[in-house]
Amino acid sequence: MMPAVAEERVAPRVVGVEFPYGHPFGMPGDKSMQRQVLELALRVLAGARGPGTRVDLDVEWPVPLREAYRAWQPKEASPIVKVLLETGRRPG
Amino acid sequence: MKVDSYRFLPRSFRSFYEGRGPFAGEEEPVWAPFEKRLQESRIALLTSAGLYVKRTQPSFDLERERAHPEWGDPSWRPIPAVVDAADLGVAHLHINDDDLIAEPEIALPARLLDQLAADHVIGSAATEHISVMGYQERSLQGWRDKTSGEVIAHLRSQGVDGLILAPA
Repeated sequence: MMPAVAEERVAPRVVGVEFPYGHPFGMPGDKSMQRQVLELALRVLAGARGPGTRVDLDVEWPVPLREAYRAWQPKEASPIVKVLLETGRRPG
Repeated sequence: MKVDSYRFLPRSFRSFYEGRGPFAGEEEPVWAPFEKRLQESRIALLTSAGLYVKRTQPSFDLERERAHPEWGDPSWRPIPAVVDAADLGVAHLHINDDDLIAEPEIALPARLLDQLAADHVIGSAATEHISVMGYQERSLQGWRDKTSGEVIAHLRSQGVDGLILAPA
């Protein structure tokens, strides 16, 4: 879900999906999407020729962005986010 | 086509991840060639969604994280490939767990991997996959000192040839 970050961390093989957090293999109930992701990951695992291989899956998340952006977030802010909000600190 | 890595991330959090580069001491590429044919290989999965088997395993320690917000539980859980979805709990304070509880396969597609073995896409699936909880304190000391070594030993004991790591 964050392939650019994986690349920066020098992950040897990366599959990029443009899915919201908590859904690395896709939509609940969508076995076809889940299988696409898993099969691509296996092909990259076995077929990558060297470090720094990144392959992105061209599948759009089938939920409007505004809705998907809210839906993945926890019902209550995580402890560290609460601290950041309370102290006015910026992440990082 | 290039995936937008930050599409679903609040803009104010982007600097927490982007442009940070590799961890100190980990600048060099790592590489282990995959030398077996997939159809002869045993594959395992690792999720960072904080899954655990409710009846037999403790949850990841969310109370300690609530008390110490810069800490995350570095332990790991073996997840049997045959476990029922209803027997899995999710312990993760940073993502909505509704879909994960309803269908853990979206993070740990163990049944799907078994199907790929039945379809001869892979040789076999591991009998136990791996779960960790993805929020960790910045040094990753717990994972470095204990978890990674234990996970590797567990995978090797099963004869695993390759691991799909799927961050949640």
